[in-house]
Amino acid sequence: MRELTYTAAAREGLDEEMARDSRIFVVGEGIGVRGGNFNTTLGLYEKYGPLRLCDTPISERGFVGLCTGAAMTGTRPVVDFMFVDFILDALGELFNQTAKIQYMSSGRLTMPIVLRGCIGIGGSAATHHSGSYYSIFANIPGLRVVVPTTPFDAKGLLKTAIRSDDPVLFLEHKSLMNTKGPVPEEEYCLPFGQAAIARTGTDLTVVALALMVRKTLEVAEQLASEGISVEVIDPRTIAPLDIQTILASVHKTGRLLIVDETFGPCGIGAEIAAQVMELAFDDLDAPVRRLNGSHTPTPYSPTLEAAVVPGPPAIARAIRELLAE
Amino acid sequence: MIDTPATQLDRTAMLSLYREMLVIRRCEEQLAKGHQAGLIHGACHTYVGEEAVAVGVCAHLRQADAVFSTHRGHGHALAKGVTPRALIAELFGRATGCSQGRGGSMHLFAPEVGMMGTSGIVGPCILQAAGAGYSFKLLGLDQVGVAFFGDGASNNGAFHEGLNLAAIWDLPAVFVCENNMYATEVPFAYASRNTDIADRAVGYGIPGVIVDGNDVLAVYEVAGAAVRRARSGGGPTLIECKTYRTRPHSEGMRDGSYRSVEEIESWKARDPIRQLYATLTAQDLADEQALAAIDAEVQAQVAEAYEFAKNSPYPDGATALDHVFS
Repeated sequence: MRELTYTAAAREGLDEEMARDSRIFVVGEGIGVRGGNFNTTLGLYEKYGPLRLCDTPISERGFVGLCTGAAMTGTRPVVDFMFVDFILDALGELFNQTAKIQYMSSGRLTMPIVLRGCIGIGGSAATHHSGSYYSIFANIPGLRVVVPTTPFDAKGLLKTAIRSDDPVLFLEHKSLMNTKGPVPEEEYCLPFGQAAIARTGTDLTVVALALMVRKTLEVAEQLASEGISVEVIDPRTIAPLDIQTILASVHKTGRLLIVDETFGPCGIGAEIAAQVMELAFDDLDAPVRRLNGSHTPTPYSPTLEAAVVPGPPAIARAIRELLAE
Repeated sequence: MIDTPATQLDRTAMLSLYREMLVIRRCEEQLAKGHQAGLIHGACHTYVGEEAVAVGVCAHLRQADAVFSTHRGHGHALAKGVTPRALIAELFGRATGCSQGRGGSMHLFAPEVGMMGTSGIVGPCILQAAGAGYSFKLLGLDQVGVAFFGDGASNNGAFHEGLNLAAIWDLPAVFVCENNMYATEVPFAYASRNTDIADRAVGYGIPGVIVDGNDVLAVYEVAGAAVRRARSGGGPTLIECKTYRTRPHSEGMRDGSYRSVEEIESWKARDPIRQLYATLTAQDLADEQALAAIDAEVQAQVAEAYEFAKNSPYPDGATALDHVFS
């Protein structure tokens, strides 16, 4: 099968959807002629023109609110934030308006809007270009939250996001955007709320997201040579969260580690741990364990940056410790 | 609906404006009564004194045009086509309300008549109206997005971002600022060095117009030009309507700490309904009896709506989680 980068796969998905549905338009800074800071819209301006690839001023609250109004009146906006950190200026619009209007209108209005941007720590991007925030988004009723790991998932989930009548946060880890993977030529969509089993194993379950999936797979490969069998689950979407796949894995392994680059307190790892304890306490042979990024703003210097994010050594250590319990 | 310059408004159209303003006034009076009777469970922000703005603007709108409004939105909802029954029932928290009991005074939704929602947050309606304009432009429709908001919103970032985006993209939108001089109890003269909000339009390169918001014929004329301009691809307009609410910010609130009785009385003397009444009688377009008959008819309709709302069922608690997602 052909291989595409994560960004090229997602872009192909966006292109296919824009060709299919003329109500879809993209807004963002530098997404028109420039094709996006991360090439998310490269070549699309020439195909679809300035009204459907609309360059914006630096006006995040403005264009999130504007696209919310557009989604209520017959079009299907895709907001490209470049870095998702920039959405924070628009949280009032997102949480109070975009997320609530379907409910407040008793379902008579829909909210087909995709809000995409890159997330994650890496490359000395420093604290205003390294945020992820997905646990915060997943806390808000009315929002869908998608965190793809592979090029295949990025394309299939973006197409589903664009077709969704609910608001979707589509979060692309910056260290994954240039990674390559197999993407079929034929068209496909992937459902929300369906985790991927990234590696099967029998001794211990790791739930990881985005870049942490790749790092955990590296570690799992090394540990396999020692006879340690790790199962790796990638939820792919955290709202909705496919808890059933996680429960089935824990039923088999009896041990659960959650590896999450983002903050521990009140995070998605805490949510998964709580649900597993509520629903499958008797399956656990040891307490659920979390490995998170440090609860700190993200520093710039490579040595400081590496110190706040889980890497393969920390993941391997956490797995060994949990197996010893 | 009617869409001609005010100078050419005929008797029927003027009586229609009169009737629409009365519908809002009598509904608000019933809602105040309902609040005192304990039938309204949350806030109740009335529009008494400002009726000319909603009526003068909405007279130019079609059902497919999209109106977005703010916490003081009863008048906008009624003028856009929400029935007194659906409005009053919503404030009473009933299943027959326009938001089926999910919204109350500050969250009025009736997309089937182009009432796209009112909001408890000041400012977002400006952005959403611009967004409706973006949709209509992309879809090639000659429809417009209209935002109603107060002077308080004009100091919010949404005002700046919304007007700027609508201006640079020539969006079919009309921004109607009801400058009633107070953001709750904060005087606009305190909150802004320049008390003419329309002046700000210059900064965005769009027309800004000041109009007497208590003169429905003046509002009608100015709004007509703005709506025609938007529909024909001319871009957005900012209209500042100088007006006043004569009741407290919210029903049941104290009202004496920030304005004088004399000030309130001076604005009551400029009541928009009485002004049109005077014009109609002075020009022999309608006599006292005819106007009294309209009022009696409106009062009966609104009283019936009140009883309808009072007798309507509450929504079933089992439906509280419906519609979080599509």
